[in-house]
Amino acid sequence: MARFDSGDDSVVVIIGSGAGGGTLANELTQKGLKVVLLEAGQRQSSATFHNDEWFAFNQLAWLDKRTTSGSWRVAKDFPNLPAWICKTVGGTTVHWAGASLRLQEHEFKAKTNYSNITGANLLDWPIGLADLAPYYAKAEDKMGVTRTNDIPGLPGNNNFKVMYNGATRVGYKTVHTGRMAINSRPRDDRSSCWQLGFCFQGCKSGAKWSTLYTEIPKAEATGKLDLRPQSQALQILADKNGKATGVLYADANGQHNVQKARIVCVACNSIESPRLLLNSATSTYSSGLANSSGQVGKNYMRHTTGSVFAIFKKPVHMYRGTVMAGIIQDESGLDTSRGFAGGFEMETISLGLPFTAAFLNPGAWGRDYAGMLDQHNNMAGMWIVGEDMPQESNAVTLNPTEKDQFGLPIPNVHYDDHPNDLAMRAYGYKRGAAVYDAVGAIRTIETPPYPSTHNLGTCRMSESPRDGVCNKWGQTHDLKNLFISDGSQFTTSAGENPTLTIVTLAIRQADYIAGECAKKNL
Amino acid sequence: MKRREFLQKGAIAVAGVAIATSGAAAVSFAASWTAELKAFSEHEGETLLKMVREIFPHDRLADSYYIKVVHDLDQEAQATPASAQMMHDGIAQLDAGGAKKFAARSSAEQVAGLKRIETTPFFQKVRGIELVSLYNNPAVWKRFGYPGASYPFGGYLHHGFNDLKWLPDPPASASPKAS
Ligand SMILES: Cc1cc2nc3c(=O)[nH]c(=O)nc-3n(C[C@H](O)[C@H](O)[C@H](O)COP(=O)(O)OP(=O)(O)OC[C@H]3O[C@@H](n4cnc5c(N)ncnc54)[C@H](O)[C@@H]3O)c2cc1C
Ligand code: SF4
Repeated sequence: MARFDSGDDSVVVIIGSGAGGGTLANELTQKGLKVVLLEAGQRQSSATFHNDEWFAFNQLAWLDKRTTSGSWRVAKDFPNLPAWICKTVGGTTVHWAGASLRLQEHEFKAKTNYSNITGANLLDWPIGLADLAPYYAKAEDKMGVTRTNDIPGLPGNNNFKVMYNGATRVGYKTVHTGRMAINSRPRDDRSSCWQLGFCFQGCKSGAKWSTLYTEIPKAEATGKLDLRPQSQALQILADKNGKATGVLYADANGQHNVQKARIVCVACNSIESPRLLLNSATSTYSSGLANSSGQVGKNYMRHTTGSVFAIFKKPVHMYRGTVMAGIIQDESGLDTSRGFAGGFEMETISLGLPFTAAFLNPGAWGRDYAGMLDQHNNMAGMWIVGEDMPQESNAVTLNPTEKDQFGLPIPNVHYDDHPNDLAMRAYGYKRGAAVYDAVGAIRTIETPPYPSTHNLGTCRMSESPRDGVCNKWGQTHDLKNLFISDGSQFTTSAGENPTLTIVTLAIRQADYIAGECAKKNL
Repeated sequence: MKRREFLQKGAIAVAGVAIATSGAAAVSFAASWTAELKAFSEHEGETLLKMVREIFPHDRLADSYYIKVVHDLDQEAQATPASAQMMHDGIAQLDAGGAKKFAARSSAEQVAGLKRIETTPFFQKVRGIELVSLYNNPAVWKRFGYPGASYPFGGYLHHGFNDLKWLPDPPASASPKAS
């Protein structure tokens, strides 16, 4: 592993080692660029992961305090935990389930295609599917996505069997074990899935793609990566001429350091990325870095989500095997006759007993609730994930009074469901229940959204510098050598799980950065 | 990080405390279990036991599993004076809510009493700690038939991940055989 001098201003500094940052680090080092990768969390491995929901949560999740506001139910149930994401090398690709879907053509043009939706701050992406298609192909190959590149689908577990039978009985047609970044056979020096059922807790077999044990070690092998775990960026430094010059960060001992940089790439996930830009305000950049549009932190999206769990007479053991074991795609298209714009996917989900008790209906108690938990072995479950509307008032802002351990303002996450989101969720719940009713559910349960696992849009891409924070390469409109490299770039959320697209954008961004460096434009 | 401050606020994060303390429970099942409580009187211990039973009542679980929860509440009270005070006051409030003391009332009356205080910080603290203390206890998992970690036996690939027999198997196009 390389170690670069803090005064070396020829390095690219990437902040955050998750889907976006970890991938970008590998791509850039493969092209010969020197990269310093700052990561707030510690480095774990398959050996240190535990098949234990609460243990893994405490080991891997971002637990620094955040505040919430708005009418979303998460603010009531989890006032200090708006998002369920990671602080660890590999970021949230340690927790993630692996569902890897391409966005659809029409979703890149939501403003054009969804007509005027009151209250929605819709915008078309400055790119379309044709721009991304070759990079999607690279990402799918890199991640070993099943049902692409001649990789067979995963075998379905019991939870999928229930979903499949119910779905086909109500007439759904596109139902299968999904496109998953989980090895169905050994590939890329990683084993195939053992059906452990603890995908959210860090995959102990390594079958599931995570930057922790794919991109990052590959980047280290180039001798061009200086990975610094337990190093939290506090501020991005910039000169008066619109150039980022380095990053101030706190290391494992709480020591403050400055790493000089030729290019800075922000990939801290959609809450910390805008927070970092806002906390980097100076007299020159009084509203925060890269914020001439005023859109930094705005348009926070989290997908319209909800789960349907169903109780059956006979056992399901939903927790056996992959968590997202299958998908129904029939509702993912654009069909406004359903009463809303945008589409959603239905994907199996399972929780162990500890998390079922915590999430099935947060705050609930008493005989009825305990009675549902008694049926844990007889439950099947699915997650609904759909496009939510960007709204300018849904925003990550700096809490005016509360500070973190470094003395910096903590983020507040404000979210109100848009009427379109509510209509989609209500419809999704009904359709999910219909699937399970068709195979004899004795009871179905509408489970409210978990703390956000998908966080998007807070530094969005836009054609015009007035409408967003970065251009189609993720390069900020205001500072040429400052890039947004994570899900905060998303102009709209689309109905698909976002990570494949985050990885795709990172591969594409790496090409652009390397090209601009070669042309001496950066 | 002000860990304690955080832990007191987030519903989920309460888990951290309970995890940290649940190891302590070498619970004695003797009638005199309340004698082991440090922060609570015998009466308070018995009241809390009734309370935690009614919050998540499972007929299949003997009192011993709930006594462990009370021990975890005791740990929390010892660690945090403010929590101890909140729990002393909350128990007194429960007792004051009827002609009989809370622990002496019928189950239906206890539920009604808890319903009246369900939005209080006291109730939420007890529920939050119980949520983890009860459902994150491997002994409780056993009673529910939840196996916990699957890594020690190599996962479910050869241990029934697709053994459901009451519905037909999906075709291979939707669900290929394991390769
Ligand atoms: C339980 C769960 C299941 C999921 N399943 C799926 C799925 O099936 N399919 C899918 O597409 N997506 C899934 N996701 C979402 C997916 O994990 C995220 O979309 C993705 O990881 C986001 O990538 P990112 O690069 O934006 O951020 P992350 O992967 O979260 O990485 C951000 C990193 O930045 C670090 N960081 C933050 N601030 C700083 C700072 N100031 N200094 C230094 N480092 C910092 C963090 O510690 C973190 O490591 C799931 C998420 C969860 C929680
Ligand atoms: S089910 Fe498969 S992907 Fe998920 S944790 Fe287990 S081995 Fe990894």
